[in-house]
Order: sequence, then structure tokens, then C-alpha cells
Amino acid sequence: MNSTAPRAVAVRSQVAEHLDSLGRSALIGYLPVGYPTVDGSIDAVRTMIDAGADVVELGVPYSDPVMDGPTVQRAVDAALAGGTRVGDTIRAVEQVSGRGAPVLVMTYWNLVLRYGVDAFARDLAAAGGAGLITPDLIPDEATDWIAASDAHGLDRVFLVAPSSTPERLASTAAASRGFVYAASTMGVTGERATVGTKAAELVAHTRAAGAERVCVGLGVSRREQAAEIAGYADGVIVGSALVRTLLDASDDAAGRDALARLTTDLAEGVRSASRSDR
Amino acid sequence: MTGRPTVEALSQKLLEATVGGPLSTHAGPYFGEFGGRFVPEALIAALDELDTEYHKALTDPAFGRELARLHRTYTGRPSPLTEVPRFAQHVAPGVRVFLKREDLNHTGSHKINNVLGQALLVKRMGKTRVIAETGAGQHGVATATAAALLDLECVVYMGEEDTRRQALNVARMRLLGAEVVPVTIGTRTLKDAINEALRDWVANVDTTHYLLGTVTGPHPFPEMVRDFHKIIGEEAKAQLLEEIGRLPDAVAACVGGGSNAMGIFNAFLDDPGVRLFGFEAGGAGISSGRHAARFSGGEPGVLHGAKSYLLQDEDGQTLPSHSVSAGLDYPSVGPEHAWLHDIGRADYRPVTDDEAMEAFRLLCRTEGIIPAIESAHALAGAIQLGGELSGWTGDDGHEPVLLINLSGRGDKDVATAAAWFDLIEDEPVVLADQGEQL
Repeated sequence: MNSTAPRAVAVRSQVAEHLDSLGRSALIGYLPVGYPTVDGSIDAVRTMIDAGADVVELGVPYSDPVMDGPTVQRAVDAALAGGTRVGDTIRAVEQVSGRGAPVLVMTYWNLVLRYGVDAFARDLAAAGGAGLITPDLIPDEATDWIAASDAHGLDRVFLVAPSSTPERLASTAAASRGFVYAASTMGVTGERATVGTKAAELVAHTRAAGAERVCVGLGVSRREQAAEIAGYADGVIVGSALVRTLLDASDDAAGRDALARLTTDLAEGVRSASRSDR
Repeated sequence: MTGRPTVEALSQKLLEATVGGPLSTHAGPYFGEFGGRFVPEALIAALDELDTEYHKALTDPAFGRELARLHRTYTGRPSPLTEVPRFAQHVAPGVRVFLKREDLNHTGSHKINNVLGQALLVKRMGKTRVIAETGAGQHGVATATAAALLDLECVVYMGEEDTRRQALNVARMRLLGAEVVPVTIGTRTLKDAINEALRDWVANVDTTHYLLGTVTGPHPFPEMVRDFHKIIGEEAKAQLLEEIGRLPDAVAACVGGGSNAMGIFNAFLDDPGVRLFGFEAGGAGISSGRHAARFSGGEPGVLHGAKSYLLQDEDGQTLPSHSVSAGLDYPSVGPEHAWLHDIGRADYRPVTDDEAMEAFRLLCRTEGIIPAIESAHALAGAIQLGGELSGWTGDDGHEPVLLINLSGRGDKDVATAAAWFDLIEDEPVVLADQGEQL
């Protein structure tokens, strides 16, 4: 239970194949299910894909999101207050997959544990989902998830942080499939003025530890930041800034317009980057 | 009442559970299927550092000496053991009841034992800032106290709801130089304060130690906090042997996160003849849904870094807990308790708000001791056990002996009690607070 499982049997990775086919860094956009409503969030994700998001990160609202800052907390609190259920995530995946952007689900672990690890994997795969991003599940605790994701052909995106030791970078890279999520900074989700040099170092160290694909998240909100990160990472993950366009909007249509504008802007930033390192 | 396993059956189960060694020294990260480290990767390096530093300190005589000196000269240990015969008459005829007086510790509860241990570790790790969560304020006050003593910057996260309920403790923490941050997100209670503390820790882990206040959270907290509190049971065991020449028949404690209970249970875990009882907050009653009884109304799940019993809905969302006692008002419980529950070593039962408050008043009137409302749950549990206790005479025909951990004193609860029992004519709360000399 306490040891990291060996690298899995050959399972096709939806996300890895998509990232490789792009030939450039990808824009990965996060939105939570259920904000402003379940149907409203499905519309918002479609808007985000059509405006240039290459991969979708769909968040499952949770009562105790310790890796999330105030912006995401506000949206998921509202989603829960509005009655959003875990099952709505599976329905949302079904509704937004097949539009050219693989759909990863970001979830805190107790929700999956409660649903049943294998049942969640089975239903997510059946809905067309690509896999899971697990902010509070480290590979050391993931024996059941590693087995279930192998059985159902899903990606498993674990996180690394600037504080990760070389040994942990290696074990996390070995346990991940799709990509490794590099947290750009020590902290929770939220927009930051600068992403800093730690992110580039972490990406380099994670690659050196064996990761084939590394994407960077936490703090990215502007086109210039996206362009800079796209210069060295396989993907740029944006969450809070996109969520804020919906939170700040006067109505749902205005929210989708603002979301589309920011997504387009970020997508142009990502596409403008020259990949010096690869 | 409930079909308790015989001592022989218990011994057999214990034997199976302890193939790896005695229960009292069981090491994390896992307690059976419970415990672990369900936290962001960003915290793993700090948890590893803490684990390493803790185990180094354990083998360093200087650390042990310094902690023992603080226990003796600052906390006031050993805390006394008090027999309470007038209270015992209300438990069951012929039963002897002893209270372990953690209420007499500096800062008013057992919390100081763990806080001083961790604060000394903080100095060893070279960190300069501590953060803590608090519900009722007892752990926050203890942390602010240790921070003042050892010259550490201190920030305490407290649910906004609790800052209102426990305004006096907020003032105490601020007097001691701590910054108190009201948490205005989620349910605005203890669990949300822990969420905020974890967010702070992820961002500031280079300089900051999270001084977690109970036997929950990611490894090594459950094991380490238990070890810093096990002095409670060790002292009580020695004091009882001195006083009556034998072990108690049963030990009782209240269980919120479970630190005072682990503290008094630990010394008796490997004595199968000693029955262990943990009393949870039954709130308005289990059927009402307004309680904090994880073993009666919860199921295994993950919260705040550990797998344990958890109040959760069918989706796995954390359910709000309820108790008249802010210190027991938490939806999960330490993973070692979950394990002791599942292997049958300890018995966990709910006590309602009403039962706890009646026991609170009873101890005041029969013994002249005002307990914390948390600890009153253990007293009410003893009354609940009542007749069961009478059957537990040993082979030598001695009268049954019950040891209760009186984990804290009730100064902080005077306003709540005044309102509960309608003791003061009008606008009682503020006047009562101002009148107290704390």
C-alpha cells in the first residue's frame, strides 16, 4: 500500500496522443461543473473549447477544496449550494467530449472513494472522459486508482511541486500517465502577477526525472504568462482567471462572451510561443 | 446493552491486530486501513522533515529533558488524580471514579502537552512561524501561549462562527500576541479553519510549521500528537497503582478529534482487562442528524489528510457536525480511533447535548469542579455506563474502578452554561464574560 506501483501496462493515453498531435504547447482550461448551473457549465466548457482550449479540466465541486484559492472556492460553493451532484460530472463529461478536446476531471479524492474507485473509472471512461487530475492523492496512496485507471484505460495526472525531492519527482513521473502537473509555485490556485522562475526549473527537473510531458498550472491568468510557459512546458493550465470571467459577469451570456475572449487571448499566447527547449 | 466481547475474545482480536508489536507503540502512517497522507504533494517534503525531526528528537535526551522541564515548571505536571465519591454515587452504587485532572494544566486543558512538544520541534527545525486551527479556542490559546514562550510568530485560524461563540478566547489569543484570522468561507467552523490553515501551510511551508491540535491529519500527526499526550495515561496509571494498587476496570474520555482520549487510552491499550470508552458528541440525538457522532452516523472516508470515519453525504461531501461543545464539533476523528473501533479495542458511544450538560452541572454541584463541556461528555458517558460498570468486579471481588480523563476546565463555558440553565436574568452572556477573572 505504501509503495508506488510500477509503470503501468501499455494503455493508450488520450491526452498524450492529443498533446503530441498539436506539435506545440497546449492550453488546458479549468472550469467547475455546476457553475452557474450544471447546464450553464456545460455551455461554458463548450464555449471554452470553441475559443481555443486544447484540453478541458473539469472540476468536481467539493465541500473542502484545500488546494483552491478564493475564486474557485466561490464558484464551487455556489455549485454545491445549487445542488450539483457528483453524478452531474459524468453527465457533463458526456456532453462536452467529442468536440476535439480531451476531458480530464479534477477531483478531490473522497468523492471518488465514496463513488467507488473502480465504478468512477468505469463511468468516466464510458462517458468519454480521458482521466483524472488528483490534487490530494499522491501516488503512494493511489494503489486502487492505478489499478482502476489501467483497467479502464484512463490517464492519471499527479502533481509535483517546487518542494518535491528528486526521488518523488521520479516516482510521480513513473506513476503518471498523460502528463505530470507541475505546480508553478508553493500555494493554492489563483491568479498571480508573475509565475516566477521556479516553474521552468521544476519542469526541467521533472523531465530529467523521467516525465515525457509536463504541464504547468497555478497562477497563470494572462496571455504573456501563457506564452512564456508555453515556451518550455507541454501545456499551460489556466483555472481561476477563466472562472472569474463567469463570476464577474452580469448574466450567463455575458459570462460566456468574457470567457471566450480570455480563452482566445490565452490560446493566442500559447500558440505564439517558440519552443526553444525541445 | 450492547454485546461486549469477552476479555478472552478481545485478547484474541488484539493478538491478531498486534502481530507487528504492541498497540501502544504502533507507528503510522497506517492504523489498519485508516490514516495515510491524503494531502497535496507540496506538503510531503515538510511532513517528511517533521517525521524525521520528530524521531531524531525522541532519541535525543536533551529534547526529553527540556520537554519534561516545561511539563514540570510551566504546565504544572504531573496533573493530580482526584477520586470523586459524591459524583460516583450517580454513576452506580459501589463504583469508584477517579478523574485525571488535565483541567488543572496551564491554559486549562490537555492541549498544552502536544503544543509544547511540537513547539520545541519547531525550534529544532529552525522555523519561525506557527499556524494553528482552533474550534473552541483551547488549542489556539495553548498555541499562542507556547509561541509567546518560545518567541514564535503565531497565526490562528478560527471559523467566524466560533470567534463569535468564543469571543473571550479570541481576546486571550490576541493578548498573548497571536494574530487570529476569522475564516469566513464554507460553514465558518473548525473544519473550514483547518482548510485555511492547510492553504496557508502550502504557501509558507519553508518558514512555517502547522501546529495541528489533535490526532488527525496526515502522517506523522496522529502518531506524534498521540505520543505527546500519552503522558496523561502513563501518569494516571502510576497514580492509580500508587493509590489503589491495581489497574482501572475501565477508562473513559470524550472524543472530538480524539487527542485527550488517545492520551489516556495509550498506556492501557495493551492491558486487555481495561475496557476503553470514547464518548462522542451526540448533539441533538443521532436520529436528528445534528450531531458529531462519527462512529454512529459516519462511514470511512478521507478528510484533511487522513482516512477515518467521517460524517459525509452519499456523494462524499463533508456534512456539517453539531455539538453544544465546540471542541467536539468536528466531522471526522483520528485514524487510530477508527482502527481501535474496528478491531474492537475501544467502544465509542454518543452522548447528547442534554446528557452532557446535566453531567456538567452534576460535577459542579457534587465535587466543586467546573468541567469543560467537552469533558462533561465523558462524565455523562460514565453515567450512561452506570449499571454495566457494576458487573465488572475483578477476580478478587474489588469494587469496579472507572478512570475518566477530565480533559479541560469550564471557565470558557460559563457563558454557555449560564444561558443553558438560565442562570442570569437578562443579557447574561457579556456580563458573565466580563465578570470572569481569567
